[in-house]
This record gives sequence, C-alpha cells and structure tokens, in this order.
Amino acid sequence: MIRNFFRKIGNWIYDFHLKIAPFTAKLSRLFKNNFLFRKEGTQIVFFRKLKLKVTNRRREALTGYLFIFLWLFGFLVFTAYPLLYSFYLSFQTAFFNIRTGIMTDPAGLTNYKNVLSDANLLPLFANYLGKTVLAVPIIIVFAILIAVLINQPIRGKGVFRTIFFLPVVISTGPVLGELILQDATSLPSLSESAAVRSVMNNLPRFVAEPVTLLFDSLLMTLWYAGIPILIFLAGLQKINKEIYEAASVDGASPWDTFWKITLPSIKPLITVNIIYIVVSMSLYVEAGGILDLAKSHMISGTPDNLFWKGYGYAAAIAWIYFLMMVLIMLLFIGLLSIRKRRRSR
Amino acid sequence: MKAKKIFNKNKIRHFLFGMHFNDGFLFKAIIYLLLIAFSYIYLYPLLFMVVNSLKNIDDLIDPGVNWVPKTLYFDNYQRAFKVLELPRAFFSSTWYVVKVSVLSTATSALVGYGFARFRFPLKKLLFALMLATFILPPQVTMVSIILIFRKLGLMSKQAAIMLPAFLGQGFNSAIYILIFHQFFRTIPKVLDESAQLDGAGPFRVFRSISLPLARPAIIIVFLFSFVWTWNETFVTGLYAGGAITLPLKLMAFANSYAALFPPGTPGAELNEAIKLAGNVLTVLPLLVIYFIFQKWFTESIDRTGITGE
Repeated sequence: MIRNFFRKIGNWIYDFHLKIAPFTAKLSRLFKNNFLFRKEGTQIVFFRKLKLKVTNRRREALTGYLFIFLWLFGFLVFTAYPLLYSFYLSFQTAFFNIRTGIMTDPAGLTNYKNVLSDANLLPLFANYLGKTVLAVPIIIVFAILIAVLINQPIRGKGVFRTIFFLPVVISTGPVLGELILQDATSLPSLSESAAVRSVMNNLPRFVAEPVTLLFDSLLMTLWYAGIPILIFLAGLQKINKEIYEAASVDGASPWDTFWKITLPSIKPLITVNIIYIVVSMSLYVEAGGILDLAKSHMISGTPDNLFWKGYGYAAAIAWIYFLMMVLIMLLFIGLLSIRKRRRSR
Repeated sequence: MKAKKIFNKNKIRHFLFGMHFNDGFLFKAIIYLLLIAFSYIYLYPLLFMVVNSLKNIDDLIDPGVNWVPKTLYFDNYQRAFKVLELPRAFFSSTWYVVKVSVLSTATSALVGYGFARFRFPLKKLLFALMLATFILPPQVTMVSIILIFRKLGLMSKQAAIMLPAFLGQGFNSAIYILIFHQFFRTIPKVLDESAQLDGAGPFRVFRSISLPLARPAIIIVFLFSFVWTWNETFVTGLYAGGAITLPLKLMAFANSYAALFPPGTPGAELNEAIKLAGNVLTVLPLLVIYFIFQKWFTESIDRTGITGE
C-alpha cells in the first residue's frame, strides 16, 4: 500500500514534468540566447548592444544588494512611502470609508493650526515635553550610578544585573498602566511629604504638572534604565584598569578619577542612551495620551463628526509628536557637546 | 609586643578600609547596602503586584496588612485564569509571537550580513536610514500603512504584523539588524575567503560558515524579539486586531470579567487583587523565559559588541 502510494506520487510528478517540459525548454533557450541579457565570457550583454563587464566589485555590489533586498523592499513599501504619504495627508482633511476608500481635500496648514490650539491636546504635549526633559537626566544619572556600583569588585554581580534588567522583560503597556493606576509606582514618602507639597503648590502650573506626573510614576521611569545600565556596564568594563592605577600613583582621588577618567570614556554611550531612553519613553502608549488620541482620531473620524477629525488630523498629531521627540534628543545631545567643547579649550 | 600591636592595628585598618580605595570591608558593605536598597526600590512595583494579587478583600482594605497577607488567597488567580482563558490564550499567543520572532530574526541575519560583509554603492546612506527607522514612531506611518493593509486585505490578520517583520520593518527591527551587523563584523573575513576558494558562493558561505558562528547573536535577537513582540500592544492591536496576545487580552480584562461574572452573581465585583493576578499571569511566561535565559539577556550587550569598538 505504501509502495502504491509512492508509485502514485512518482507517476504524478513524472506526468507533471512531461507537461511542463516544453515550457521549461523554451525558458532555458530564452536564458541562453536572450534578447534582454546574456552572458558572453566575462561580459553581460543587455539588448545585444549594452555590454557590461563583470568585475569583482560589481559582483560584490550585486550580492550585497541581494542580501539587503528584503529590507530595502520593506523600507520602500512600509517606511519610506508611508512616511511621505502621511506627510502629504497631514496637509489634507482625509477620511476613510469602506465604500469610497480614502477621500482627501487640500487643507493647507489647518490641521497643524487645529492641533496646536486643541484644548485637549495642548496640555498633553506640554506634559510630555516637561516629563521627558526632566526624566532623561534622572534616568541617565541613575543608570551611571548603578553601573558604577555593579562594576565595583564585589560578588553577586550577576544577581544585580539580573535584577536591574528584569523590568525590560516585563514592561508591557497594560501592566504598566495598571501599576500606575494602583499607585504602585511612586515613592509614597516623597510625594506626600509636606516639603515637597509646599514647593509644588508654589510652582507655576506648567512646571508643577510635569513634576507631579514624574513623581507619580518615578519608579516606572527608572525602569527605562534597564538597557542603559547594561550599555554603561559594557563601557566601564572596557576601560583599561592600568589607567586607574597610574592615576592613583599620581595621587588622584577616586572622585577625580570618576570625573576625569570614567565619565569621559563612557561619554559616547551617554548619547546612545539618551536616544534610546527618549525613544522608548515616547513610544509608551498611555490610555488617553497623545498617541492614543491620534489613533482614535484616525479610526473614529468621519466628515460630519465634530470631535474626531480623521486621518489628516491624526497624521498632523503624529508629525508634531515626532518633531518634539527629535527636538528633545537634539537638545540633550547639544548640551553634551557644548560641555565637551568647553573642556577641550 | 608593641610591634605586634601595630601589626594588628594595621590588619584591622586594612580589613575595614582596604589597601586601595575600593577593597575595604566598609566600602563593600556600603556598596552592597546601596545596591540592595536600589534593588528594592526598583522591584517595588513588581513585589506590590505579586503580594497584592494574593490578598483577599479583607486584607486589601485593611491598612495594617501591607506586605504579608494574612492568608494566601489563590481564588484571584483562579478567576483571572478563567477570564484570560488561559491555557488556550497562552498557546495561541506564544505561537503567534514565535512566528513573528523567527521571521524577524531570519531577515535581520540576512540584512545584517549584507551590511557587514559587502561593499556596494549607497551602503552608508542605506545603513543610516536603517538606523533612523528606530526613532520613527509607528504612529507617524500608521495612517498610510493602515490604508496599505486594507488594500492588501491584511487588516485584522496576523499577517499584518508578520509581513513587515519579514521585510525588516517590524517593531525594533533596526536593533536586531544592528546586532547582527556588529556581530558579523567581528567574525574574521579570512574564514569566508577560505570557503570561497573551495568554491562556495556567497549564500553558501553565509549558510555554512557565518550563520553557525553567529549562534549567540541568533539566540539574543530571537529572545529580545520574543519579549518585545509579546509586550507590544499598540501596533499589534491596531493592525492584527482583537486579542491575539495575552497583554491585549489583559487590556480588555474588565469587560471580559463582566461578561464571565455578570453583575448580581456572587463574586461579581472586580477588585484590584484580581486585576493584579491577571497582570502577574500575563508576565509570568516572560519571567520564566527570563530566568531560564538570564545570561543571554544580561550579557547580550557584551556578547554582540553593540556598543561599538
């Protein structure tokens, strides 16, 4: 029975081969005496006229492009084109409808003007800006502190590494949201102390609000340090121990060596970490946050809806958000490079 | 006699303060103390989650019960288990995440190798663009990607996540490609050349020489991809829709709970402890993976040399 089965399959394949044989023969002839391109010795001839010599370099370039082809194709279809199209949409009023597809109407800068005067969005943008600008230095300092502590000659480095990396593994949107909701992410003694409160009450509102937000989710904010700690640790381990010995022979205190040796050698990593932290903080989608609102505008928008304003509006929100994100990064990277220049003088 | 005393004194001083700055007992004690204190602060939300998920209603309200519940109350877990439809949801979620991770690992290995090994025109520009996609929020492109998916008929299907992952445009794909790029650069080119002399083509060299050597990078990328795909909810919820991963099911926890225990029936009130039990169950698979593969996670950056030389 099994033999029959295989014989059947074999026959089937043979029949199939007979059927397509003329076609494959034609195909191979096409490739041999091709009008489009054919190979002659070390040359490839296109259209019987255009001759291209196959050099090692050209072959290498072709292979390289073959390797990255998947990414290149994906980049054009799923990143470059959507990027341009969403930029175009942000200058349109656009709505989607199953029957008609996307309907666009030129709107100039109205979307951007509306976003920048939206009473719901404006405070959210201000809070995002304030919170991120405050949080990034805190996270960086915390990460450097922990990395330097773990890098000391102590036992149980692995345990502490494991502990401080743990949040990266479990921080998923809904879980973080639930923890913030249940007040598990603030330091109770800090946010309820009278001194902090009285300071907060006397600050102007646009300063106080981001600060309160930050304190309310301070522990969660520190969770963003998971990967930066590891990056700093990797940097610290690469510093040559002999430099420290030479410095201490010359009478430098540990305090001096930290500022003069440790910090300058991990400085490039600070830039990397700033980018990482800003991106990962900005991509966290809060329920009712800016990104969530952009999604709602996109999905719920219809032409006669006064509150949800459709695709163009969502695109404008996303672009402004992206621009702010890049500005925050540039701000911090600029600050770093200013200090560097002053020092080198 | 006197010399011995001084010797002892020195011994004690060396024990406490050490020969250098950082090897005395006191110094180490302070380091441990700081690290343990920071660990406690750091893990506080997690401890809070686990402890409170084991409390019954009385313990939850009682201000005297903070860290140690009077009774371990596993009923919360039973309920959360039912609400999340756990065994089935876990397997479908894992199957989906594994598919996405395998696809994105395979593509990033290919692309990373291409960028690391070959010289071709526009390479630097393309590499910079590839890195730049990391900072691009998915919300910027979502308005047009959603239209593309609607046209392709991929909306609300798992393929809507798998296709971009296969094309190297998935969530955090730039990091995976960078990891492979950095890793392949550390493998000496001589190995490739010796295989080429034996008549192997570039794809053969990639498959039989470079890929086996890149095992650490493959494992690391796969693990990170698994964890990040599991945790990603915005893009997954928008394109693939519904409740295909556990975190997405968790977002609809309150509604599912009301459907399973309608108001008026015993135990209908949803309290914090039950919600936290659901949270613990959602992150539990990741915790298990983390504790099995912790070395791969915590040494990922050292092993792949992603910080550059």
